[in-house]
Amino acid sequence: MIFLVDLVAATLRNATPLVYGTVGETYAERSGVLNLGIEGTMYAGAFTGFAVAWATGSPLLGLLAAIVVGILAGAVMALMTVTFGANQHVSGIGLTIGLIGLSEFANRLIFQGGELQRIQPMPTVNPLAGAGELGGIFDQYGLTWVAFLVVVPAAWWVLQRSSFGLEIRAVGENPEAADAAGVNVARTRYLALIIGGALMAIGGAFFTLALLGSFTLDIIAGRGWVCVALVIFGRWHIGRGVIGALLFSLIFSLQFRLRILPEFAGLPFEVLLALPYLVIIGALALSGRNVAYPGAYLKPYRRS
Amino acid sequence: MRRISPWSTPALVVSAVVITFVITAVPILAAGANPIEAYTAFVVLPLTSQFTALEVLVTATPILLTGTAVAIAFRAGYWNIGAEGQLLLGAIAAAGIGTLVGGLPPILALPLMVAGGAVAGAAWAVVPALLRVRFGIDEVVTTLLLNPVALLLVNGLLHGPWRDPVTGFPESPRIAASAEFPTLIERSRLHVGFLLAIVVILAAWYVLARTPAGLRLRATGLSPHGARFAGINVGATILGAALVSGAIAGIAGVSEVAGIQNRLTGGLSPGYGYTGIVVATLGTLTMPGVAVAAIFLGDLTVGASSAARSLGIPSQLGAVVQGVLLLTTVALLALRRHRARPSDPADTGSAGTDDIAAEVTA
Repeated sequence: MIFLVDLVAATLRNATPLVYGTVGETYAERSGVLNLGIEGTMYAGAFTGFAVAWATGSPLLGLLAAIVVGILAGAVMALMTVTFGANQHVSGIGLTIGLIGLSEFANRLIFQGGELQRIQPMPTVNPLAGAGELGGIFDQYGLTWVAFLVVVPAAWWVLQRSSFGLEIRAVGENPEAADAAGVNVARTRYLALIIGGALMAIGGAFFTLALLGSFTLDIIAGRGWVCVALVIFGRWHIGRGVIGALLFSLIFSLQFRLRILPEFAGLPFEVLLALPYLVIIGALALSGRNVAYPGAYLKPYRRS
Repeated sequence: MRRISPWSTPALVVSAVVITFVITAVPILAAGANPIEAYTAFVVLPLTSQFTALEVLVTATPILLTGTAVAIAFRAGYWNIGAEGQLLLGAIAAAGIGTLVGGLPPILALPLMVAGGAVAGAAWAVVPALLRVRFGIDEVVTTLLLNPVALLLVNGLLHGPWRDPVTGFPESPRIAASAEFPTLIERSRLHVGFLLAIVVILAAWYVLARTPAGLRLRATGLSPHGARFAGINVGATILGAALVSGAIAGIAGVSEVAGIQNRLTGGLSPGYGYTGIVVATLGTLTMPGVAVAAIFLGDLTVGASSAARSLGIPSQLGAVVQGVLLLTTVALLALRRHRARPSDPADTGSAGTDDIAAEVTA
């Protein structure tokens, strides 16, 4: 029982950054832009959040700083792909390389490669603290509560039910028609990328501000790429993407617990750590066959 | 279709470098250094002594190979972003084979290692390629996701079966002396891997520019539908390009193990696979361009690490420059294309059509 409660709690906790990242990437891709800057945006969010929280003593200010960086990263991606109409794959990789480089550059300048600095991480909030064993499931960070109770429903509602969401989907499916109907294609894509960037950066900041309380190199370790895969796995739907994030996180959290069992004692832990990545590739192989991409995926839009 | 372009490609790439240097002056100023002095240290100083000039070629060696690997795949319209993982698999193969071939003369041991690394790199590339060709599954995500897996495989080996039994360090046993790449010039680290990279890039240039296979590859990248209509087996062409790309990235891993490290280490590649994307793009996916871009980035990397010591600018600035350079280059390429053809909104329509390749091969 303790094992299960612990596993469910860890699954929700570890899914949190993936939920932010996957929702953010869904917004970008629904507007027609593949944002491979996600890995770097999460990385910069993790670093900026940590550095500002360390300097000011306030994780909340750290989170705000991470959001600002995410907005800037989304805006740069929009400048590249919407204004310049540049290749989306290469722009995204360039953004990721540049943002990881900048974060490590600033890390070196500020902390001089000295001993690992720590901050007081954000506390967990448990409304059901007295509810016995099962209550442990609800012992979660504020950002986890916000992710599942606010961001996911709000992001779904905006995308599927609001007129702004309709505009995002319209410019991602058929920008010519959206333009003819009076939608400002460039503005809509900018906004989608900026919202997406902010969410990605929050996902990254979750590692340093909540989960770990410190910043280490390679802290994102490909989880941005996992989010890109989850968007395809979820076929560009928020709900299905979140289910994918929970499944990935379940396997991730499970392998973490398998490591301590005697049966796996001889196995280097890296083998188990690789498991979730392989599972997501397998899941894509099974579910990602000939999926319908957004109609204007990868295509810049120019008025003729 | 030939288009008249206002800018020649070399002028465009030089402009990208200049714009990049203006942008990256900001972090240099933040580090309290003089940008002019810094760029002199990055670009000019490495070329002023024989030792550092040869170091430039040493540093250019792996990215000549990964740049070629990426360029071949991109030209085919196949977005192989997994060169990093394919390089690591080549390194694993070289470290494994290198410890077993002690009894063989170098003339047998070295080709065996190179072949093993090429096969390992291609093997790491085959699953995403098959998924793309058979089931239409986006290769970007699958090649990307295999990069952290490859790194975990390296670390798993180094913390598990290959941990140095004597020192306990996470380093594999040293490869046999006959498996080490000989150095080309005394008192330098320049090794046979550099010649190997030159041979590979010349071969890639020849195949792409002068053979039917190269024509099929380029046609597939420019327009898969057109290529299919012309009777080209698009799936086989993409699969072939992906495997060759993986094999060449694997050879880059062999070269680093046999020429530099002489064993498998966790820090073997500071992102050479990703730098390959920068090299390929900066070289506008042409082989002469890749060669120049690799040597330029090698120069920059050697300069950045020496500037870290002399000027107090963290060497991570090298990565910042690479990222910004990638962005400015694709932005200028896109602007040039739209200027050349202001009213052709649907020209990037088919998913495989590659705007960089379309840009330079018109």
